[in-house]
Amino acid sequence: MTAIPMEHGLALAGVLFVLGLAGVLARRNIVFILMSIEIMLNAAGLAFVVAGARWAAADGQVMFFFILATAAAEVAVGLALVLQLYHRFHTVDADAASKMRG
Amino acid sequence: MFKPLLLVPLLPLAGFLLLVLGGRRWPRALVAVIGVGAVGLAALVASLVAGALFYMPAGMPREFTQTLWTWMNVGGFAPQMTLHLDALSCAMMLVVAWVGFLILLYSAEFMADDDGYGRFFAYMDLFVASMLVLVLAGDLLLLYLGWEGVGLCSYLLIGFWYRDPANGRAARKAFIVTRVGDAAFAVGLALLFTQLGTSAIPQIAERASTQWASGSTLATAAAALLLAGAVGKSAQLPLQVWLPDAMAGPTPTSALIHAATMVTAGVYLIARMNVLFALAPAVQLAVAIIGAATLLMASFAALVQTDIKRVLAYSTISQIGYMFLALGVGAWSAAIFHFMTHAFFKSLLFLGAGVVIMALHHEHDMRKMGGLRKELPGTFWAFLIGAASLAALPLVTAGFYSKDLVLARAWVAPTGGLWLWLAGLAGAVLTAVYTFRMVFLVFFGPVKEKPSRRPGVAIGIPLAVLATLSIVGGFIELPASLGGRPVFSDFLASALPVAAAEGIPAEGWLQAVAGLACIVGIWLAYVCFLRSPALADRMAASAVGSALRRFWFGGWGFDWAYEQFFIRPYLWIARVNKGDFIDAFYAGVAWAGRLGHTLLSQTQTGNVRWYAMGLAIGAVVFIALAVLL
Repeated sequence: MTAIPMEHGLALAGVLFVLGLAGVLARRNIVFILMSIEIMLNAAGLAFVVAGARWAAADGQVMFFFILATAAAEVAVGLALVLQLYHRFHTVDADAASKMRG
Repeated sequence: MFKPLLLVPLLPLAGFLLLVLGGRRWPRALVAVIGVGAVGLAALVASLVAGALFYMPAGMPREFTQTLWTWMNVGGFAPQMTLHLDALSCAMMLVVAWVGFLILLYSAEFMADDDGYGRFFAYMDLFVASMLVLVLAGDLLLLYLGWEGVGLCSYLLIGFWYRDPANGRAARKAFIVTRVGDAAFAVGLALLFTQLGTSAIPQIAERASTQWASGSTLATAAAALLLAGAVGKSAQLPLQVWLPDAMAGPTPTSALIHAATMVTAGVYLIARMNVLFALAPAVQLAVAIIGAATLLMASFAALVQTDIKRVLAYSTISQIGYMFLALGVGAWSAAIFHFMTHAFFKSLLFLGAGVVIMALHHEHDMRKMGGLRKELPGTFWAFLIGAASLAALPLVTAGFYSKDLVLARAWVAPTGGLWLWLAGLAGAVLTAVYTFRMVFLVFFGPVKEKPSRRPGVAIGIPLAVLATLSIVGGFIELPASLGGRPVFSDFLASALPVAAAEGIPAEGWLQAVAGLACIVGIWLAYVCFLRSPALADRMAASAVGSALRRFWFGGWGFDWAYEQFFIRPYLWIARVNKGDFIDAFYAGVAWAGRLGHTLLSQTQTGNVRWYAMGLAIGAVVFIALAVLL
């Protein structure tokens, strides 16, 4: 099994992260923002896994499990918030909810 | 034998506490019994202790120190609650306690119709307690406590009839003017402690004489600061302006606080710290000069006053001037002797004036009085004895012996001399003139207003006792030229340095001159104010006369000058600073903070994507920094 060089893995993680960030900044639909955040989280997880493979340490995969759990929790709360947002404003535009009131 | 000493200040304090708690509700008789009784008991205890001190067997040190507890202990500063009894504090204690008792007894009747009966006795008891703490204190800080206590009581009692704003003004004036001196005293106290490392009076005397050379800067500064305190409290030049206005208080207050006891606290302070003043000859000379100048100034001012109490107030200033003169020339025991006789005859005069004022419906103006000799015979005789003693009528009055001693000492002392003696002598003539002007105006001539009431027993007894003391009080210090023995000086010799010259050369001549001065003064007063009052009126009406009269009447323009130089500028500064320009800096800080808040709150748009953008840019910047640097 030929090893994939670490640089490639990290470059992929960086590309994924930038794509996710661009999605967060560019998208107005809050569901897509959440999905972009998931991409960024996975990019970070990929970087951990690649680093773990490079040094033959289990820590990178352990960290990925943590990220998975965090992402699951985040999605649970985030989707609940999205439902509330839609309920209040009848839209999923993030810019519509710019005031803290009530 | 001396253990009950603690009770002397404690009894009046207990009386004060009782009256403060219940004086409003209890019947007047009970209030009077507590108020007068507490001081009476204190006077009895004081006599007991004084007797033990006086009959101390020869060879033992004639002093007693009672240390109660350590007040505080902060960084080596450990003032003790100490009562110190020696001949000096013993004489002061006896006079304060007994004269205080007599005046309180008088007040029991004098104030009978007043609404604030309980309040009055509470204040008076607190005053007596503070004054006893002052004279018995063995520690300078404790002395300062008593010093401030009597100042507080003075303020409270001058403003006793607080419904009249003028009385409140007089009270504030007295408090603020004496505070000027008190501040200097406090600085002096701090200086003594930092330099000598103790605040106990005997140790201060001991260390000062070993550490400081005579005339050294520190000794001079310390003595000058204490002198400033004494000048404020004793109403000497230039801080004398408060005492004439202090007459706004009830007459017994004027008698006790502003004649007999509190105003002489300055004299006591200087006598108590005599070692320090002996180390600062320049300051001691200043004491003598202040005394001489004050006694002349106040005598002239007393000459033209129309309010009977203001005459007595200026007379008090002038007599304390004599005490300062005596202190300044090193005649310590003569000063204390004059303090004692002055306490007797001046409180007698005030109490007599109080009877007159009460009998004439609170009339203070002497021009509206007259012919009261037949109407109030008892008061007349008491007042006449007091006046004779104040004028120092030769041989028969106490005032003669004490004033003569002061004058003789001023003549013979190395720091004294002709000028101080002449000032004192001129003052003696003037004293006789203004005193008998008062007597003639009030008690002689045609009756202008009938007295409405006559004094009762509680007023009669103090008058009789004080009149007796005003005569026999002088016999305890008969001059050698009259074949007497200076019992009082011998007693004080254990606490105060003996005046240098044992015998006074040509003492008989000095006495004859002093006696003559008194007779001349009385004769002048008789000519000008009784035989031909037109003469005095003509003098007062002439251009020079009326100008001088106005000048003296206003107390030599001191009030005017202070108004111009201190009060007006102060008010001007207060007006200028009404806009708080010093606060502008802090207002600027607040303004900058508010501006920053406005700017930063603009960034809080609530737009989530902007925040994400901020985070991303921040992260990029920091990573770039980390990579590049």
